Amino acid sequence: MRHRMATSASCVLLAGFPGLASAADRWNMQAPASIVAQDIYDLHMLMMGIIVVIFVAVFAVMFYSVFAHRRSKGHQAAQFHENTTVELVWTIVPLIILILMAWPATRTLLLLRDTSNPDITIKVTGYQWKWGYDYLGGEGEGISFVSALATSRDQIQGTVPKGEHYLLEVDNPLVVPLGKKIRILATGSDVIHSWWVPALGIKQDAIPGFVRDTWFRADKEGTFRGQCAELCGKDHGFMPVVVEVVSAEKYSAWVGEQKKMAARADDPNKTWTLADLMARGAKVYAANCMACHQANGQGVRGTFPALDGSKAVSGPKVDQISMVLNGKQGTAMAAFGKQLSDSEIAAVITYTRNSWGNKTGEAIQPAEVRAQRK
Amino acid sequence: MTRSQPWYFLPGPAPWPVIGSTALFLMAGGAAMWFNGVSSGPWTVLAGVLIMVYMMVRWFGQVIDESEGGLYSRRVDLSFRWGMSWFIFSEVMFFAAFFGALFYARVLAVPDLGDLEQKLLWPDFSASWPTAGPIAADPFTPMAAWGIPALNTLLLLSSGVTLTIAHWGLLQDRRGALNLWLLLTILLGATFLGFQMYEYGHAYSELNLKLSSGIYGSTFFMLTGFHGFHVTVGCIMLTTIWIRCLSGHFKPDHHFAFEGVAWYWHFVDVVWLLLFIFVYWI
Amino acid sequence: MSASIHDTARAGHGGGEDHAHHPSGIMRWVMTTNHKDIGTMYLCFSFAMFLVGGLMAFIIRTELFQPGLQFVAPDFFNQMTTLHGLIMVFGAIMPAFVGFANWQIPMMIGAPDMAFPRMNNWSFWLLPPAALLLVISLFVPGGGPAAGWTMYVPLATQMGPGMDFSIFAVHILGMSSIMGSINIITTILNLRAPGMTMMKLPMFCWTWLITAYLLLAVMPVLAGAVTMILTDRHFGTSFFNAAGGGDPVLYQHIFWFFGHPEVYIIAIPAFGVISQVIPAFSRKPLFGYTAMVYATASIAILSFIVWAHHMYTAGMPVTGQVYFMYATMLIAVPTGVKVFNWVATMWKGSLTFETPMLFAVGFLFMFTMGGFSGLVLSMAAVDVQVHDTYYVVAHFHYVMVAGALFSAFAGVYFWLPKWTGRMYDETLGKWHFWLSMVFFNMTFFVQHFLGLAGMPRRVPDYALQFADFNMISSIGSMGFGVSQVLLPYIVYKAVRHGAKAPQRPWDGADTLEWTHLPAPAPYHSFETPPVVK
Repeated sequence: MRHRMATSASCVLLAGFPGLASAADRWNMQAPASIVAQDIYDLHMLMMGIIVVIFVAVFAVMFYSVFAHRRSKGHQAAQFHENTTVELVWTIVPLIILILMAWPATRTLLLLRDTSNPDITIKVTGYQWKWGYDYLGGEGEGISFVSALATSRDQIQGTVPKGEHYLLEVDNPLVVPLGKKIRILATGSDVIHSWWVPALGIKQDAIPGFVRDTWFRADKEGTFRGQCAELCGKDHGFMPVVVEVVSAEKYSAWVGEQKKMAARADDPNKTWTLADLMARGAKVYAANCMACHQANGQGVRGTFPALDGSKAVSGPKVDQISMVLNGKQGTAMAAFGKQLSDSEIAAVITYTRNSWGNKTGEAIQPAEVRAQRK
Repeated sequence: MTRSQPWYFLPGPAPWPVIGSTALFLMAGGAAMWFNGVSSGPWTVLAGVLIMVYMMVRWFGQVIDESEGGLYSRRVDLSFRWGMSWFIFSEVMFFAAFFGALFYARVLAVPDLGDLEQKLLWPDFSASWPTAGPIAADPFTPMAAWGIPALNTLLLLSSGVTLTIAHWGLLQDRRGALNLWLLLTILLGATFLGFQMYEYGHAYSELNLKLSSGIYGSTFFMLTGFHGFHVTVGCIMLTTIWIRCLSGHFKPDHHFAFEGVAWYWHFVDVVWLLLFIFVYWI
Repeated sequence: MSASIHDTARAGHGGGEDHAHHPSGIMRWVMTTNHKDIGTMYLCFSFAMFLVGGLMAFIIRTELFQPGLQFVAPDFFNQMTTLHGLIMVFGAIMPAFVGFANWQIPMMIGAPDMAFPRMNNWSFWLLPPAALLLVISLFVPGGGPAAGWTMYVPLATQMGPGMDFSIFAVHILGMSSIMGSINIITTILNLRAPGMTMMKLPMFCWTWLITAYLLLAVMPVLAGAVTMILTDRHFGTSFFNAAGGGDPVLYQHIFWFFGHPEVYIIAIPAFGVISQVIPAFSRKPLFGYTAMVYATASIAILSFIVWAHHMYTAGMPVTGQVYFMYATMLIAVPTGVKVFNWVATMWKGSLTFETPMLFAVGFLFMFTMGGFSGLVLSMAAVDVQVHDTYYVVAHFHYVMVAGALFSAFAGVYFWLPKWTGRMYDETLGKWHFWLSMVFFNMTFFVQHFLGLAGMPRRVPDYALQFADFNMISSIGSMGFGVSQVLLPYIVYKAVRHGAKAPQRPWDGADTLEWTHLPAPAPYHSFETPPVVK
């Protein structure tokens, strides 16, 4: 009921601005795709309505005064300057309005924070600068992948035209079933990030060392796009969130496919040739390392160290493996142990030890990486 | 001064503030360089500190001359009282930030780290105080309350009493008592500092309790460290007014500097009581 | 200058009986203990910092003119947003109002000068080294701080040496604010002329008294917070590191315990200026003086208990959210009282609209908009959608720019005749207002839509659907920036060629500086205190 009333209030408001309602996505919050998002949308419209009315009333008085009580019109100044009754009225009336506003605001908030009885639980980990998803409970338990920006550097630099979903597209979107309650457990691995999907009415800071939860239940199929909402360093603007809401059947099919892919994953005991490792490593490097250490391995002076000719790369390989696995405290060097597989880490280390001016000739094997995992 | 005392004394142009700013600039810039491994950092800090000491000596020297020269009327005296009170209030708020951190860690952060949801990240951590956090570097022993800390409490509380006796001496113009009890206050303060240094040595060498011992080490050393720094400053201030007393400064009805220092000393005293209760005891 | 200083028989000078103690040229300004000189330095410093911060805003808006990365690297972009915030808050807006306090408070309460003139000089001269440290940070390896002006950890812990320079700059700025506040409190409490009771204090003095208390209470807390970042960075402490039992959110709590009152530290003196200007040009006493004093004090007190509304998405317990939401909504009540009283002051007045009044009415209109978007943000559930988006950017620029900055402009035009003894060019002043007003709204009004539609803040690049509004906003910001060149020109023109100002150019202004002091005001305001009836 309240929902209806608020929507009609918002319609009345929007009707005053022809053309606004049709392009609501540009001028207002995105079209809600969950009950919470709908509630927030309505709450916001209701508040806007009340605020606009008060604003117009107060400034109608002021502008009337501006036009009517000018000296140029010969208006003489009255000298009244105190009235306790009036002061009391304009203290108490706003207070009452606020109490009335607090009621729906509290209701929506309580709904927003009710994470009990989820169907599926997903852990979301913020990395600099991508998202990791682990399905912890419900259908799909055990699925785990990393989701990073899919827009090419060329589009960002403007050398090729920008695509429709510029900056809002990822390689592996989060897939969830329609109508199921999804509980999100957010955490950060390095700095604070914030997982945000506007259409689902969900934004949760991902704080390193703590798990904070929130939830959504999508009531529309489709692809919903958001972004990291907490400044997290250099590429804060380049770590989108994409959620695909699919029907229960499609979801089951997707889960099956993911399980199969996991089974086909690299055999960690395989021995790779140097050429294979280099080819694989180049890809891993481009996806994970290039943003900071740059394509030419020169890094950025003063911020991100060079790998070309660096002691960290030409020195003992155990040190480098440990650095990549565990990261370096207090710097932007992330711990990649949880994001990359043994084969990927072996490949990328081999790549850095044999690229640019670095010529160690060593081929690091996945088994060596696994041996150093704690 | 041949003229009658003005209703409010206004000092003329002074070079001290800008010299102080230069000193602070060198100290700040030098420290930033020092912490990042620039070799000239410590020397820059040293230069800043020396300039700062020079500035303080000259500025306060001038203030003392003006005060003894009879330029400070009742109203100026009242200004100093307001000024010192609100300065101490700002110091209270500085300590409040660190006490706030301690309470937050003990009441919210650490129990939260040990609760059910966080088992996902820290499966083996059980919340208890004191702690060095889920990834405890090496085990440490917390500082016990009833050894040196209790003795230190006694020392500081007594120093508050001796300072008050010295103040009585000043009010009744018994200069001998004033000088003696003031000296005693300084000695008590210095003894406190000595014990505190011994305790830090003990913590590092025998208890394995370090600044880096997680949140316990952080709050312990930062709170007691800043307090120790304030006691040091207090001792320097006490010594200054003691020397002034020996030189016959202050009158029973005109001794704001003495009272300002006394207020500061009592403030340091109260902070210690809170430290003793919340850091050492419970 | 010399003649007026020489006549200070009653106020008395420390050994200053002869001219030898009064250096001229640059040393006059370096060593001065005069509240007017210091006020002038504060205002000039503030304007210089306004230009530096404005240059950074220009870089930000240029990059955001179109989607894609065109001009600066993301890391440098983040340094710009960070330093823009730090410099505008600590370098431009706060010193501007301290400048007003220095000039006006002694004149308005009938005092010869500030209570501690030498310390007053130090309060000012701490600012240039701090600003220098902030600027130096840009040129050290790794560049300036890029963690946002809020310096959230662990991002701030990750930064290069530039962060340490900024941390020390914040320490020095804090010292300056604390000394300035002690001076202002003592001056107001102890140096009022006979008969000037607290409830006769001009509203501007009341607002500064309350602001000074806020500063005293929160600047040390900020110093503590950044000190903890410093030790976490270099000395192995774990205040904000969960692995050591700390919590990154602890930093946010401490920071916003400072940060929310800080908002009112900026806004409340602005209220004070407006409370002088509106009655003067309405030719009618301020309506509800007593209520205004209580409302201001209530806002200040409430500002201490609402800080966590900046952290609704950090995941605090829901009871905490509900409490902070209610407390925040309450602030709307005293703020509303102030707005209603200002409107009531204008009601049935005899209004004229010289430049100060235009800026004051502009303030009233736009600040109320900023207040209302604040009310929207106070609802925790709505905030979840718009937190850390351009909606928030729009909101606080309505409060900081259309609020505080417009009020500072109003103050400059209002008091310029008293300060310089010359009138400014009214036509140019009105141009300054209208250009600022139009371009300000062009820049920031559209940002509300950007935020609602989902554009996060502090990003150097954005999705295509945000392109139109960003372009409008960028064009508006360029216009706003260029319009500000008018201000120094108008001031210069007034000082050089302006008509001589009468003692009381605004017939509705009735505080002591207008009724008792000639224009320009003498070097030492009141050598003998006036008696206020």
